[in-house]
Amino acid sequence: METIEQIRDRLVARFPAARVELVTNPGPAAEHSLLLDAAHAHDLAVFLRDDPALRLDYCSNVTGVDWPDKEITDVTKTTVPDPAGGQPKIVEQKTTRLQPGCLEVVYHLYSMALKHGPVIIRLRTANRSDQVTLPSLTPVWRACDFQEREVYDLYGIVFSRHPDLRRILMWDEFKDHPMRKDYVEPDDYEWEPTAHGAVAEKHKAHLPPPAATPEAKP
Amino acid sequence: MSDPAATTPLPGDRPGQTPAGQQAGTARPFPAAGNITDAEREELRRHGILMTSLEELYGWGRSNSIWPLQFGLACCAIEMIAAATARFDIARFGAEIFRPSPRQADLMIVSGTVTKKMAPQVVRLWNQMPEPKYCIAMGACAISGGPFKQGYNVLKGIDRFIPVDIYIPGCPPRPEALLNGLIQLQAKIKGEKLTGPDAARFTRPEEPSEFPIPEYGAHDLVPPKNTAVWSPPSAPGKA
Repeated sequence: METIEQIRDRLVARFPAARVELVTNPGPAAEHSLLLDAAHAHDLAVFLRDDPALRLDYCSNVTGVDWPDKEITDVTKTTVPDPAGGQPKIVEQKTTRLQPGCLEVVYHLYSMALKHGPVIIRLRTANRSDQVTLPSLTPVWRACDFQEREVYDLYGIVFSRHPDLRRILMWDEFKDHPMRKDYVEPDDYEWEPTAHGAVAEKHKAHLPPPAATPEAKP
Repeated sequence: MSDPAATTPLPGDRPGQTPAGQQAGTARPFPAAGNITDAEREELRRHGILMTSLEELYGWGRSNSIWPLQFGLACCAIEMIAAATARFDIARFGAEIFRPSPRQADLMIVSGTVTKKMAPQVVRLWNQMPEPKYCIAMGACAISGGPFKQGYNVLKGIDRFIPVDIYIPGCPPRPEALLNGLIQLQAKIKGEKLTGPDAARFTRPEEPSEFPIPEYGAHDLVPPKNTAVWSPPSAPGKA
């Protein structure tokens, strides 16, 4: 199979208007992926599926990722020469910037015909609140149907052109998206006989005030 | 049952086991099997005379013919199925007739994780069962939520919505544990009174037989628990 860079170059050559970025994975698995332009994602996916050298006819997995807003501190080092002729000083300047969060969906593609894979593609929403629509790839790979519904249920990514976008795990009346980082779960920690860690902290709110308990030892 | 020494008294107060003098003060309009001691009864039995009460006979018959609801939720259900197979053979205890309809079932074995999405259906099935009915919470999940207790979608024990008679710990419990739980339930049924102030729950019309079915809310079940059935134990952490 071609390397991911070759695939990216062919995609860019075939679709000059589309934005295709390489997302490298620094881990030992080195499973690099392609971040696709959401506006052209359907055309790019059809190309990946039908290209005779790739024929990625099987989408094995669809995953959602929540990337919250992240504060990044950039450290810039500038060398200031000492006017007295001594050692030059190194001045560190820290600037913080806010990297806006987004919701991401990851597709793992394999080729049953040519026995190769995976090729991993990603799509990202513009933000986490109101612009959370991405094109559905269910028209390209039928296997994405339930998994995109699950991503919609748990992350709140809305897939346009999905044939049947409903919640799949939680009930229809449910309003939250439980796998998001800012999900607030219902407070039902009133009875925790073996609480520890974060559960113990949540359980404390249900305990009687400490004044009511007698002192154990003088 | 043939060895008289093997019959140990049950924790429940069976009327025949206590001498007549100790029963004098309590209001018991139905002196079960007469006011004779166990030893006297055993002596009679050796001579071929069986003395019993209608209450005991009724409990004996019911306890040896418990029809469970054919209903499984998770991996505990596999153990429940195994308990019904020839190897473990729940038929030895008269509970092999798993009924596919709640209208014909005496026992609901809540075998597995009760998700919040499934909880209304479990309560609805319980409401559809006729009295007298019993509930076994099988496994850690049905008791408390088990390993999924802190999940957003798992009910922290079915006893938050319906009364539970027998709790069987385990993850999942072995079929032998389920059989032991069934034997405990049989002992409970045999000890139940039909009349008097401590009569069984199903004989008292003021005790509820049906329980409110929770509804799906925007964030959780509404209500999240039935406070008439369940409240957190008074001394949390001192279990």
